[in-house]
Amino acid sequence: MAEVKLMKGNEVIAEAAIRCGCDVYYGYPITPQSEVMETLMARKPWEETGMVVLQAESEISSINMVYGAAACGKKAMTSSSSPGISLMQEGLTYLAGAELPCLVVDVVRGGPGLGTIQPAQSDYFQATKGGGHGDYHLIVLAPASVQEMNDFVGLGFDLAFKYRNPAMILADGVIGQMMEKVQLSEYKPRWTEEEIEKMSDSWALTGKKAHRSHNTITSLELDSYKQETFNHKLQAKYHAMEENEVRFEEIQCEDAEYLFAAYGSASRICQKAVQLCREQGIKVGILRPITLYPFPTKEIERLSKQVKGILTVEMSAGQMVEDVRLAAKFKIPVEHYGRFGGVIPTPEEIVEALKKQIIGA
Amino acid sequence: MSVELKDIIKEENIVYKKTPVLTDNVMHYCPGCSHGVVHKIIAEVIEEMGIQDKTIGVSPVGCSVLAYNYLDIDWAEAAHGRAPAVATGISRIHRDRYVFTYQGDGDLASIGCGEIMHACSRGENIVVIFINNAIYGMTGGQMAPTTLLGQVTATTPYGRDAKLNGFPMKLTELLAQLDGTCYVTRQSVHTPANVRKAKAAIRKAFENTRKDKGTSFVEIVGTCNSGWKMSPVDANKWMVENMFPKYQLGDIKDI
Amino acid sequence: MAKFRGAVVVDKEKCKGCNLCVVACPTKTLDLAKEVNGKGYHYSEMVNPEACIGCASCALVCPDSVITVYKMNVE
Repeated sequence: MAEVKLMKGNEVIAEAAIRCGCDVYYGYPITPQSEVMETLMARKPWEETGMVVLQAESEISSINMVYGAAACGKKAMTSSSSPGISLMQEGLTYLAGAELPCLVVDVVRGGPGLGTIQPAQSDYFQATKGGGHGDYHLIVLAPASVQEMNDFVGLGFDLAFKYRNPAMILADGVIGQMMEKVQLSEYKPRWTEEEIEKMSDSWALTGKKAHRSHNTITSLELDSYKQETFNHKLQAKYHAMEENEVRFEEIQCEDAEYLFAAYGSASRICQKAVQLCREQGIKVGILRPITLYPFPTKEIERLSKQVKGILTVEMSAGQMVEDVRLAAKFKIPVEHYGRFGGVIPTPEEIVEALKKQIIGA
Repeated sequence: MSVELKDIIKEENIVYKKTPVLTDNVMHYCPGCSHGVVHKIIAEVIEEMGIQDKTIGVSPVGCSVLAYNYLDIDWAEAAHGRAPAVATGISRIHRDRYVFTYQGDGDLASIGCGEIMHACSRGENIVVIFINNAIYGMTGGQMAPTTLLGQVTATTPYGRDAKLNGFPMKLTELLAQLDGTCYVTRQSVHTPANVRKAKAAIRKAFENTRKDKGTSFVEIVGTCNSGWKMSPVDANKWMVENMFPKYQLGDIKDI
Repeated sequence: MAKFRGAVVVDKEKCKGCNLCVVACPTKTLDLAKEVNGKGYHYSEMVNPEACIGCASCALVCPDSVITVYKMNVE
């Protein structure tokens, strides 16, 4: 019988990590996600599953500890919020460059700089376009509910290991702090040493064995031609993700004449806006990207042939809108409506924006 | 009795040869560089302790970034200065492994000062090998935190000036103050006797890991003859005359 | 008469001619060759083989681990 509880999004991240067989969490406190590590420390998973939890001295250190554990083929994760994620960019590009799987949870707050501790979606660019230096992408999952906070921990690890690439859960302060009913995952045992050696013998650091040459985890290649070859390999991997891993949700799109494109918290507010619109006879649907990278480009292109215009709704000054415009190939109006700096848009504002920027334009 | 060389040069008469824990790759280091000697004695310790399959090294950014090409063990290459965090990440989930970092003065004492402080403060069960040659070798001989006052480097062309550049940093003494370190020592590898002592220190450090005693920190004062613009032999002399008065050899802490 | 005789073999193609072994040798057995190896280095070689006592000082300080040391009792 599945366990159903009323829990905070951040707490669910911790619970889901323990249950999915995560080996280690390294983190550093920052609002609005500190409950992740607090929950783990209170739960003492090292007594239960053997999962290690350690508070590092900084986000820089956290992500590099994750790099170390991930290099050993372990399920390693961290969590933070925007300013902390900025500090982690160095580690993330090294993880991507060394092709290491890991899970990073970003409970976004408003910026720039120290900004605000209130929710925002202003780190879409940072999350989906690489964030650090070099040509790389993270796999980015955007939960819109506490249930998805639970589900995406396991999914994030699965995708990270499938592609040997860091995965990110891009939440925001709303989802992190909100309490909702959640059906918790069943417990999965942590991988044994033997399982790790079987799965990842060609790369994981388990100690040099007699049957194999020594494994090296590195992102360094001094030969430009070899580095270019490696970059081609990464690009092929991203292409495969784009082919196989796009996840999205369509809400009331069957008869839609207009479309909201929104993810995470903003997509929930859009659901109310759709209801208000439909009461006024305006047929609107929602395309909710679940994977922000890879982005549901083809789905938006398809819908752009059906609807008259798209309004992206983001808690930012307009970031995802660029990808939506590219997907719609500029054939229909694509506009952005956003509140930011920690302010959350109301459904009424969104309806007005649709009327003004798309329908009346 | 006349003995021919061919009588001496026989397998059964070998008293010293390259350890198999070192690969056959030719090291990229400049002629006379201390890195090669330190690599060798770490490899010998690993061989003698029989821990090749249980040792994981973490290489830095700097000249020794490619250390993974030379020691036949599993390696992670870390971002600049972050090796102690990477080693922590490995050691915490592999309690039975011998995890060590290999870092230069720029990596450890400058950009990675925070990481090494906190790894030592937590008493991570790791070995840290710190190569102090008072200069940035790989980037072309710029000032390091350990560069001596008056020492000429690419970024202190008129000599390091305390007012302009601050003072040379004795990080090893600072780390010895932290409760997490169990063994802190400063060695060198410029003479056969010093090589033996440095090797004994590294052996002790790895034995400490076996005993789960905490962080063992071995500084090796070394030369960078290219960066110092001297011959290897002159660099050793300069090191003895100028480095040793500031960076005295010997154990600083051993508990 | 020496109780032990020693000898060293230098992998001359891997030797970088740093001269540290020459200085470390207590019996002046070694010196840098007049010839150069494939990399252009004056490699180390035994110039006074009778003097070698097989103490391995040269090999200990060799940064490139190119010296193998032999030693035998000649009494």
